[in-house]
Amino acid sequence: MCRLTDFENVTTDVDSLRSEIRDKSVRVIDVRREGDYKQDHIPSAVNLPLANLLSDDSPERVLKLINSMGIDDQTPVVVYDDTFGALASRVAWTLEYLGHSDVTLLETTYSHWKSLGLENDSNVPEIQTKEHSMNLQPDILATSDYLETAKTRDDVILIDNRERLNFLEQHIPGAISLPYRTLASNDKILRSKEDMKRLLENRGITGNSEIITYCGSVGTLSGLAYYALKSAGLPNAKLYVRSFKEWKKLEKPTEKQEDASYWDLSAE
Amino acid sequence: MTISDLKQSPPDSVKSKINWARIEEADNFAKTVKLFRQGKYDEDSFRRFRLQHGAYGTRMTGDYAMVRIKLPAGEIYPDQIEKISQLSEQYSIGSAHFSTRENLQLHWVILEDVSEIFRGLAEVGLTSREACGNSVRNVMCSPLSGVCPDEEFDSTPYALATARFFLRNPMAQNLPRKFKFNFTCCEKHGMVRIVDVGLIPQIREIDGSPQRGFKIFLGGGLGNKSFVGHQLEDFTPEEDLLYTSIAVMRIFDRLGDRKNLARNRMRYLVNDMGWEKFQNLVFMERAVVRATQSVITQLDVDHTPNEIKRPIRISDESGGDTTPDGYARWLKTNTVKQSQSDYRSVFLTLEAGDITASQLYALADVIRNFSSEGKARSGFNQNIALRYVHEDDLPRLYSKLIEVGLAKSGALTMTAPIGCSGTTSCNLALTNSHRLAKEIQRKFLELKLDEDDDLSDSSIKISGCPNSCGQHGIATIGFFGGGGRVGKDMYANYQMSIGGRSDGDTMLGQTLLRVPAKRVIPVILKIIEIFKENKKSGDTLKTWIHRVVNGNEDSAIKSIADIKKILEPLIIPPTIEEDPDFYLDYGSDTSYHTKTGKGECAA
Ligand code: SF4
Repeated sequence: MCRLTDFENVTTDVDSLRSEIRDKSVRVIDVRREGDYKQDHIPSAVNLPLANLLSDDSPERVLKLINSMGIDDQTPVVVYDDTFGALASRVAWTLEYLGHSDVTLLETTYSHWKSLGLENDSNVPEIQTKEHSMNLQPDILATSDYLETAKTRDDVILIDNRERLNFLEQHIPGAISLPYRTLASNDKILRSKEDMKRLLENRGITGNSEIITYCGSVGTLSGLAYYALKSAGLPNAKLYVRSFKEWKKLEKPTEKQEDASYWDLSAE
Repeated sequence: MTISDLKQSPPDSVKSKINWARIEEADNFAKTVKLFRQGKYDEDSFRRFRLQHGAYGTRMTGDYAMVRIKLPAGEIYPDQIEKISQLSEQYSIGSAHFSTRENLQLHWVILEDVSEIFRGLAEVGLTSREACGNSVRNVMCSPLSGVCPDEEFDSTPYALATARFFLRNPMAQNLPRKFKFNFTCCEKHGMVRIVDVGLIPQIREIDGSPQRGFKIFLGGGLGNKSFVGHQLEDFTPEEDLLYTSIAVMRIFDRLGDRKNLARNRMRYLVNDMGWEKFQNLVFMERAVVRATQSVITQLDVDHTPNEIKRPIRISDESGGDTTPDGYARWLKTNTVKQSQSDYRSVFLTLEAGDITASQLYALADVIRNFSSEGKARSGFNQNIALRYVHEDDLPRLYSKLIEVGLAKSGALTMTAPIGCSGTTSCNLALTNSHRLAKEIQRKFLELKLDEDDDLSDSSIKISGCPNSCGQHGIATIGFFGGGGRVGKDMYANYQMSIGGRSDGDTMLGQTLLRVPAKRVIPVILKIIEIFKENKKSGDTLKTWIHRVVNGNEDSAIKSIADIKKILEPLIIPPTIEEDPDFYLDYGSDTSYHTKTGKGECAA
């Protein structure tokens, strides 16, 4: 069974996933918490809670995890979550970083999948361990050192995917604000390609630049943005995976919107 | 983090019959922003264009805008609220702001994203077109029009028709200055004498049959200099409503001051010319309009009655008749009986007009489940009115509102002050009026002042600068922001006035004294104390102050000078060493300054 792997297809639609599951031609990863997974999940999905991955995301360990999920270099992988695609993105990106190219996000969240009345069960599949190669892709990763020099270049765009209020209060100098909520449309984790292109183009985020995304702490919201960029045909993107939390810990320079008490508008 | 996946509106959701939007305006706006950024559009023309489309500048930055969404006649529907909730999370700071003129504002929007908001608004039939700039601003209507026990008829359809007539109308694109219409229900609920054109519905017996019409007030307005409007004539029949509006606008368009930015509202024209002369001009111009306009130029007033249908209860989640704590207090301070028996209008208390995205989202469902007209109204006081709530449903509604954090009491009392946006976003602001309003509210609710009948008809209104977006001039106790100084140390300092009102006895408040921001709360409490000591039976704070400012009081406190004397000791500034906090404005931890940006004529 041949699978469509259009380079820019960063999401898998519900129908395709259902037929791939029927054909047993896909590995589905559920990144929700173990308890939620145990209750019910998309049939045949394995569980990799994001917290588990983050507890040690050294390449060696991640490779072990990948192998234990029965994924080899050729296995198509689809990842889903219940957090508007952000956690799934972080897992998908990690797979990509290790050199797995055939990984996509389910186009919607698990809640929505369920609200459509689609199949789910609580069976934990038996998995045969496989051997995946290690072929790191440093091109899609930005470290703080890299970012610090890169952001002075004219052809680099730095995107902050946290909420607007966080951005106003403090951000990496030179970043532009594109809150993660902007990337979704109604029940899809990402807008349609044309919508995304228009949004990004309005903001001057276009093909000729290298784009680095970051968010609050572990690269989830900015992971989603990484895939949003790819979906709009902007593959030259990097994820600053340790994000603002590390930046602040390293006491690198930050910037804020001065002379306005915007937080008082926030109706807490 | 909140996530509000937009679900399809349930089929029984009431939708707006009027589509105010034009989707092409989104594309056009995006294109124009690009041209402007490329330097192909000069600063001034771009600014005019931006304002005409309802996008204001933001404090100290050219990168952000505030999008002011018009709610004509204050009406807002559940699908529109859900959309705005979503837009606020996507493009703003995850909250929205109800203004004093029935607009709903999204702040801190990146200029390049404004067109995306227009797109979203167009999906639900809303626009921000002509919400700013020199055009006919949002046409207001009393939140109680149609349900007010004292009104002669419902002016809502006339307000909507007026808004429709002038929106995008070439005659209203380039006026000397902004132009405002307020329709109301009755004298008591007011607000018609402080606006360019204010209208109260009236019914006259003419040749034995009842004839609809209006009492029209012209040339009022609040601002750096405020004026009370004049009544044009005894009775203006409804056929003359549009002719009169057009006539007044033509005169303003022709004679209004286009040079002096500070004096170009119509009230200055009326004042300079003298009322009688202006009045005559209106009569003459109206005769011309009447004679030269074709018969078809009539307002398209939709008289189809709203469907009133009590929402069906699917399940009774409250499980029994236990009324939650605070219900009686809330019922008293947040609801009013309607002219329709068994129904009440419920006002939701907001803090200086702010509401979060998730509250908005919850509100849409609350409206569907509790309002028998299936929509809501924006109020006069930065709040929201849910009308046609059946008496029997009130306890359940209250429980629901507690769940979503919208059950605060005091909406219809002095404990819900108005505060303009101030230094949270306004370019002209000198103080954080917005936060001060919230601080007063928190304190006064804690003191349970909302339950005090003596205070309920009074009001507190705060502007962050002498412009009057916070409407301080019509407040029982009003404030506008400025700076004070001790040596080289500056502090936020408010000019206080008392005795303003906007009802049948509309008058502007009289200046009392300057009060440092951090002394505002004790000063108000002191005034209440003086009132309690001197009041006569049946007095409210409002009636007592009214007597004092008009020199009709015979107790120990005879004039505002007497009040001033008592307050003066409270406002003496400490040194910065004694009390450093005194020198910080509310909501700020850096030293106070009075930096401002370029005005786009207030907000
Ligand atoms: S211009 Fe209006 S909104 Fe701005 S501070 Fe002054 S009164 Fe408030």
